[in-house]
Amino acid sequence: MERVISGNEAVAYGAMLSRVQVISAYPISPQTTIVEALSDFCASGKLKADFVKVESEHSAMACCIGAASAGARAFTATSAQGLALMHEVLHWAAGARLPIVMANVNRAMSPPWTMWCDQGDSLSQRDTGWLQFYCEDNQEVLDSIIMAYRISEKVLLPSMVCLDGFILSHTYEQVEIPDIREVDQYLPSYVPKFKLDVEDPHSFNAAFLPDIYMEQRVKMQQAMEEAKGVAKELDKEFGQAFGRSYGIMEEYFVEDADILLVTTGTVTGTARVVVDEYRQKGEKIGLLKMKMFRPFPTEDVRQVFQKARKVAVVDRNISFGATGIFAQEIRSALHHHGEGTSVFGFIAGLGGRDVTPAILKEIVEYAKGKEAPEGDIAWIGVKP
Amino acid sequence: MRYELPKEELLYSGHIACPGCAASLAMRYALQALGKKTMVVIPACCWSNVAGFFPSSSLKVPLLHTIFEAAAITASGVKKGLVARGIEDVQVMAWAGDGGTFDIGLQALSGCAERNDDIIYVCYDNEAYMNTGIQRSSATPLLSWSTTTPNPAFKDTPKKDIMEIMAAHRIPYAATVSPAFPEDFLTKMRKARETKGLRFIHILSSCPPGWKFPSELSVKIARLAVETKIFPLYEIENGRKYTLTIRPRGLPVIEYLKLQGRFSHLTPKDIQTIQENVDEEWEMLMAKIKTKRKGIRR
Repeated sequence: MERVISGNEAVAYGAMLSRVQVISAYPISPQTTIVEALSDFCASGKLKADFVKVESEHSAMACCIGAASAGARAFTATSAQGLALMHEVLHWAAGARLPIVMANVNRAMSPPWTMWCDQGDSLSQRDTGWLQFYCEDNQEVLDSIIMAYRISEKVLLPSMVCLDGFILSHTYEQVEIPDIREVDQYLPSYVPKFKLDVEDPHSFNAAFLPDIYMEQRVKMQQAMEEAKGVAKELDKEFGQAFGRSYGIMEEYFVEDADILLVTTGTVTGTARVVVDEYRQKGEKIGLLKMKMFRPFPTEDVRQVFQKARKVAVVDRNISFGATGIFAQEIRSALHHHGEGTSVFGFIAGLGGRDVTPAILKEIVEYAKGKEAPEGDIAWIGVKP
Repeated sequence: MRYELPKEELLYSGHIACPGCAASLAMRYALQALGKKTMVVIPACCWSNVAGFFPSSSLKVPLLHTIFEAAAITASGVKKGLVARGIEDVQVMAWAGDGGTFDIGLQALSGCAERNDDIIYVCYDNEAYMNTGIQRSSATPLLSWSTTTPNPAFKDTPKKDIMEIMAAHRIPYAATVSPAFPEDFLTKMRKARETKGLRFIHILSSCPPGWKFPSELSVKIARLAVETKIFPLYEIENGRKYTLTIRPRGLPVIEYLKLQGRFSHLTPKDIQTIQENVDEEWEMLMAKIKTKRKGIRR
């Protein structure tokens, strides 16, 4: 069924089609319409789930932890300050190896108060042990929620599906809503490998002494490594079932590119237009869309970038005192593996400032005019 | 008449509680009353250690350790997850200390109480942060010593009244229990088991290292807290119907205070102040008990 829906509605449909059993969430802009849509789905009986309307995001994630520990499929959604409030609980969910899925509607962190988009919220959570996926359009949002459950339930780590605040969350697009019976084929009901059970009592999350704690961390890292292959495979399977496929990254005119733009989220859609324009003029500009951020697809990044002489990373975020976070990770991936590649790090679009075709052209022209970057950060579109 | 405890033991011997820890006795009674079809959720507190480090567990029922602030909502999540999977006959018991209840866990507990989530929430209150080594909490009594209310800056505010806070949420059942009164303890836990919605149990849990008394006095001190009216044993149904379950002998508070090192600095004037406070609290409780009310209907 095709419908014109917002990004937030796409999240709610994704959760409904995944037959989530326990939802727990707290309203925050711009995530709010997700909790409203899910409340409607539950109230009308369209979705048979228990929606726990908690008093904070901290409790929302703790509730998901309880439900998932009992063997149920759990879902939540949040943004910015709400995600930051969850920080401790994110670590707990990942350490407890629970396949919880969460939508994060990307919103910049405050103060100064802001509601608008950047990735400062989710990227601040990069070391919590959650898988992270960044979506370009509403269709990808819906599909990614469903895929995230498959991936998480396979590797036993939680997943965060990110969509740009307002730019996607409140923008209406045509979206194919798959038939739930077909989704059931792709994503069967959750059969937990480990769960609380009075017939088979165990203690979960008990203290580990220093002689075994490290081994548990190694296992988490192994699960993250495994998630790269699992995500690729399950994306392919999704493509076979539904005719749509995204990969963990997408190459667009990469093969012969002199300059390779690297984008995430909605900036990718704009970048496609810009690349097309350059190509029409005969200029070899290419684009790499990064969907998966955690685990970081280091090997795939190396393969693509070793061929490119100049890479222009557009970061809608900053790690204060360092650089844009995607640029940082790409530089780290290329270390010893791409000496001939110059990585230009651009920061644009913080706090919801538009990243327009003009901004992206400015980035391309900047990279064209220089052999190597002058510093680790080039700020774009900043007023003097 | 001798009171016979149930035969079934769901707490293993060999747990790592301190000698004389009333909170281990309390867990034993609670599980004896609730039975095998129980799951326990424990936030950061003494019991996160007492229950045992991986791969040991001192409980014969499933146990989920969770973050400090979220005992109540984690337990609710477990209950909702079980019900979503069609498992309706399992009790989920959150088991938290006073820090995890009066202080850092109060917000989540309040949320669960307002929604009337179907869990049993037990606070074993040893009146300070004992797991980290006797720092004051909002459950620490007036004039008490702790490592963060050292001499001469003893605690200068009264203990938070958690029972009234819970009653104000109009939950179906709230009760105080003491490990020194096992029959009353088990009766109330069973009543909690038969009630739906949020059930709150407040245990005054005597603590030898924290309160500074020899471990063999633990049950005696727990009993004296009741007999001096410092910790009356009563229940509140639907937020309004108060019932006293054990009539205390009304011993002077000094009988309780004089056995504990945390009160050893008290002057006669201090003891008089504590006595007057206890008397006034008792009068207020009696007034509520005399006012016959059914409580909030749902």
